[in-house]
Amino acid sequence: MTEEIIKDVIVGENEDYIINMGPQHPSTHGVLRLEVCLKGETVKYLIPHIGYIHRGIEKMCEANTYQQIIHLTDRMDYLSAHMNNEAVCMIVEEAMQVEVPERVKYIRTILDELNRLASHQLWWCAFGMDLGALTTFFYGLRDREMILDIFEESFGSRLLHSYNTPGGLMWDVHPNFQNRIKEFIKYFRKKLPEYNQLLTGNVIFQERAKGIGLMSKETAIAYGVTGPSGRGSGFACDVRKIAPYGAYDKVQFNEILRTEGDVFARYEVRMDEMVESLSILEQLVDNIPAGDFTAKMKPIIKLPAGEYFKRVETARGELAVYVVSDGNKNPYRMKFRTPNFSNLFVMNEIASGYKIADLIAISGSLDLVIPDIDR
Amino acid sequence: MTMLSRDELKDIITGFVPEAEFPEGTQLPEVVIPAAKLTELMEKLKSDSKTSFNYLISHTAVDFSTHFTLVYHLESVEKRHLLVVKVKLEDRENASVDSLAAIFPTCNYFEREVFDLFGIRYNNHPNLKRLFLEDDYGYPLRKDFRDEVNMIER
Repeated sequence: MTEEIIKDVIVGENEDYIINMGPQHPSTHGVLRLEVCLKGETVKYLIPHIGYIHRGIEKMCEANTYQQIIHLTDRMDYLSAHMNNEAVCMIVEEAMQVEVPERVKYIRTILDELNRLASHQLWWCAFGMDLGALTTFFYGLRDREMILDIFEESFGSRLLHSYNTPGGLMWDVHPNFQNRIKEFIKYFRKKLPEYNQLLTGNVIFQERAKGIGLMSKETAIAYGVTGPSGRGSGFACDVRKIAPYGAYDKVQFNEILRTEGDVFARYEVRMDEMVESLSILEQLVDNIPAGDFTAKMKPIIKLPAGEYFKRVETARGELAVYVVSDGNKNPYRMKFRTPNFSNLFVMNEIASGYKIADLIAISGSLDLVIPDIDR
Repeated sequence: MTMLSRDELKDIITGFVPEAEFPEGTQLPEVVIPAAKLTELMEKLKSDSKTSFNYLISHTAVDFSTHFTLVYHLESVEKRHLLVVKVKLEDRENASVDSLAAIFPTCNYFEREVFDLFGIRYNNHPNLKRLFLEDDYGYPLRKDFRDEVNMIER
């Protein structure tokens, strides 16, 4: 009897042990299923399965006007809603050769950075929580609330604002806008050292983050891993530097690069990016030029027939929009190259060989937003 | 380490693939090549030190009702020039082209997406399965796709 049981155990040992992580799993932050093949506690390989919230945004775009498409782009990467809006607006403005007022460019850039900050704060909360540090969640959400209040006051919505329209903005910002941003910068400059005390310097956290999920620069380029995840491996991919848009050519900021390529490097890039975002905000907030909040646009927008391509830097990487227009009010084909789509598929490459607990840290460090992958 | 201009790119690519066509008046430098030459050109564009297009930004397809056009957006990380490579597939029913997954790993998933939404088959693809939709669903981004239940015709 005992011999038989032992034999069974040994027979099972050589077989692949496959476990599904998700589609409902707290650490995937959405409906993503990872088919993980384990050997003991070590990940042999993993296969991501996506499509649980595929809404066919690209197909919907073909039946909608450009003004309506703006509202769809919010729903892709809901934490970088403003940057997604801006990408579509800029592609329309470029195609129609509309000169956007300086005021709009400044306000858009400020909102980009506020949105990036809010997104990185939420990532910090969730990443800490993934690794078992619950306090980060309360700290991060408390500070993020200040940014969301600024959004709510000016646009009436907190997450999916759709505040951009082709040619400019829906309406002018609230008179309190500048003061509240200045208040926030002052407040957050004091709070950021707390973040570092709580998590960055924590030995338990560092043990779980350093040397885990190594990604070389070549891997990052080959898999198209952009944004902070790519920059943690030394891949200089910041679109704000490569092809400046908005008011990014008028401000001084550094592209944060790390060469270690592990979870901790990606963490550090995001933490430093928050400081850079604050510095960009400081440079812009007092210099918003007076003027119109939108350029004159026709009510029905028809792009001249042709093909257009535009890239922006969202909080998670490079969003590229490719439009084929046949001269109608709807695009003939609209493609969104979303950052998370490429960032997800590098996971098999960087998580194989690590423990299953490290997989949580790795997926957290890539900062995935699932609706952005599925579209 | 400098960016190549449109004309310089044109000269180099004509050296690789003599049949290449270069449409004028496009936003980005563009090249249209026959499907049979795709792998050869991409390999050279990536490995040649003058072009060094090592980063595939995106890959997608467009359905022009009479034919498919495959679109590849390439960038060189070191030199920062961009190039759009296009391939026309005339046969809409049995559209197929060589996979680039071995040259650009990220293309693996873009190709699966295109297969899922357009039904274009990729030869030598490591894992050509549908990415978002079920196996018996049609190919929704084709212009002749009809869904009586979920689509409203205007």
